[in-house]
Amino acid sequence: MFENLDLTKLIFGRLTWDAIPFHDPIILGTFAVVAVGGVAMLAAITRYKLWGYLWNEWFTTIDHKKIGIMYIILGLVMLLRGFADAIMMRLHQAMAFGDATGYLPPHHYDQIFTAHGVIMIFFVAMPLVTGIMNYLIPLQIGTRDVAFPFLNNFSFWMTTGGAVLMMASLFVGEFAKTGWLAYPPLSGILQSPGVGVDYYIWALQIAGVGTLLSGVNLLVTIVKMRAPGMTLMKMPVFTWTSLCTNVLIVAAFPVLTAVLGMLTMDRYLDTAFFTNDLGGNAMMYVNLIWIWGHPEVYILILPVFGIFSEIVATYSRKPLFGYTSMVYATVVITVLSYLVWLHHFFTMGSGASVNSFFGITTMIISIPTGAKIFNWLFTMFRGRIRFDVPMLWTLGFMVTFVIGGMTGVLLAVPPVDFVLHNSLFLIAHFHNVIIGGVLFGLFAGITYWFPKATGYKLDEFWGKMSFWFWLIGFYFAFMPLYVLGLMGVTRRVSHFEDQSLQIWFQIAAFGAVLIAVGIAAFIIQLVVSFKRREALKDETGDPWDGRTLEWSTSSPPPPYNFAFTPQVHDLDAWWQMKQHGFQRPESGFIPIHMPKGTWAGIVLSGISVVCGFALIWHMWLLAGVSFVGLIATAIYHTFDYDRDYYIPAEEVERIEAERTRVLANV
Amino acid sequence: MSEHTHDHDHHEAEGPHVSLKEYVTGFVLAVFLTVIPFWVVMGNVFESSTTTAIVILAFALVQIIVHMVYFLHMNFHSEGGWNMLALIFTLILVFITLAGSLWVMHNLNVNMMPGMMN
Repeated sequence: MFENLDLTKLIFGRLTWDAIPFHDPIILGTFAVVAVGGVAMLAAITRYKLWGYLWNEWFTTIDHKKIGIMYIILGLVMLLRGFADAIMMRLHQAMAFGDATGYLPPHHYDQIFTAHGVIMIFFVAMPLVTGIMNYLIPLQIGTRDVAFPFLNNFSFWMTTGGAVLMMASLFVGEFAKTGWLAYPPLSGILQSPGVGVDYYIWALQIAGVGTLLSGVNLLVTIVKMRAPGMTLMKMPVFTWTSLCTNVLIVAAFPVLTAVLGMLTMDRYLDTAFFTNDLGGNAMMYVNLIWIWGHPEVYILILPVFGIFSEIVATYSRKPLFGYTSMVYATVVITVLSYLVWLHHFFTMGSGASVNSFFGITTMIISIPTGAKIFNWLFTMFRGRIRFDVPMLWTLGFMVTFVIGGMTGVLLAVPPVDFVLHNSLFLIAHFHNVIIGGVLFGLFAGITYWFPKATGYKLDEFWGKMSFWFWLIGFYFAFMPLYVLGLMGVTRRVSHFEDQSLQIWFQIAAFGAVLIAVGIAAFIIQLVVSFKRREALKDETGDPWDGRTLEWSTSSPPPPYNFAFTPQVHDLDAWWQMKQHGFQRPESGFIPIHMPKGTWAGIVLSGISVVCGFALIWHMWLLAGVSFVGLIATAIYHTFDYDRDYYIPAEEVERIEAERTRVLANV
Repeated sequence: MSEHTHDHDHHEAEGPHVSLKEYVTGFVLAVFLTVIPFWVVMGNVFESSTTTAIVILAFALVQIIVHMVYFLHMNFHSEGGWNMLALIFTLILVFITLAGSLWVMHNLNVNMMPGMMN
């Protein structure tokens, strides 16, 4: 084989100058903006000498609070990219009727809808959910960090590594044109010979490592590290829903890894798991990926249910109605979420008995979900409700999510699904629950806990603007899709003949513009709040008169979270402590044992990205070298024994005395 | 020292009592359970390949249990019962995944590929 060894091919694989999309003005323009923006940012960081600060305080940190914040920043940045894709699709579809072809060529349009789905689920919703869990779980259960602090940093950087690879596909090569789950045979090597599906596979595999490890980490944290006295049934609801979510992550993500692994082998090694010939079965891919995919839906929504529960209780100034039933509903959903996956492909043709079974399980799972809605309503009943921004998001959620839930139950009826399968009705349904549920919940949570993380509240006015534009924009953008779906319009279409449909797409595009204003308002809110941070300052650490332990710390909490581990006697531990006239301990501090920051997470993730890029482009030499480098670095890091330090008692005393002084002045 | 760190040390001291004997027993069992399936295949011990497949799967199952008992030190009460709970949950999910997939794919083939079923 060595006589026809091609050095260029060995080093560059299939990467050539043709891979850079010079011919596409839209991408080139985006690249120019990104490049200019990126250079400007790097220059600013260098100019203000922030590299050392970023590296020491953020990139290498193992503090769960900072890692949580970094996850949230990642999610918000990727939200902008995912939304850019969304509004491009909406504008294109509103234009592409009859003789007008719209402004996106079909191959570009296909990449955009795939990228939109992948980004929104894996790189927006997942990082935001994980970020909030990361930030809050240790604070809510009264501990100092997660169970495996280094793993936490590593998980974050692997998720970011996946996002980097995803973004690289925009400028180098192409992304998958297959839809967000990359069904074979379309995603097989025969139908998709390019690098798009490979970008998809490796971005998800690298990010998947991060998700899985962070699931293990948070699961162990909740099981093993709760403050003394906090039995399972005294855990805050958000911690409970997070526990169930992390169980789902640990159980479901290996399935995704395995499915993508088999697809990878089909593409790289000519195996025949999902091919049309040699005994392969493409439907097996669909079956397996939804065994991951349906629990994934609940991975996203369960923590958000927890967020709403905390918010409803706090802003109604009442304990949550039906805590026990809430917990059981969550657990039931966790188990049932494994029994409904086939409703994503009723039309596959498994027959009446299979479809009836999965149709019924799907309807059953709406019962515990409905119970939760009633619990929130009863919590509000006769409460003294404050309509602050988090509560507005919660109310918007309750109305919107119920509509989405009802269309979901409708789709759970197999004969109905045969009519509506892959139509825009489905698109409207899942956006209805993901935007109306997950996204509203994440915005509610970010607004609610923002003062805890930063020390100042978010500006009310711009928060309300953001909420109303999102809410109204959502209805304008997606209600027309229900109508179109009922008329039989299918998803992922880039050009239409029937002019009478155009008005509905134009209304949807208008809705997307309203949502754009909502996102802009959210960004303005962040900027305005930062500028007014002195006026919005939260010195008490408990701005909303909260109920759970995170509100007992200062805002932002000290690196060690709690100078003394709290003793928990009751559900709503902090509320109970306040009722009993809790006195902060002001002396007797001892040194606190803390884990040290490490370079390993970001370096390992960087090497993984290089390895993934090399595999995508068939640069076998680089792939081999970087893979060996990855293993070697990981082993080298295990010999680093200098991993912890003590915060001296004087330092703790100084921080706590400062807090005492601030509290005295409130 | 804080409660939490205290707790942590406590747990480490309480970890599973691991003896060399256990590891050796596990290792020997694992070797046997690996060698026999190889022999079954390479020596063409059974006439039908279905029997061979079933025997290999049975050995694989025992192998999994040996690993869990001797190498992962699982039993009914380790970690305050959490290990057992996790195991049961895992078994349920594995069962759902395997049985469900077989059921779904079988029905699919019966309905959509009748020719394949003969």
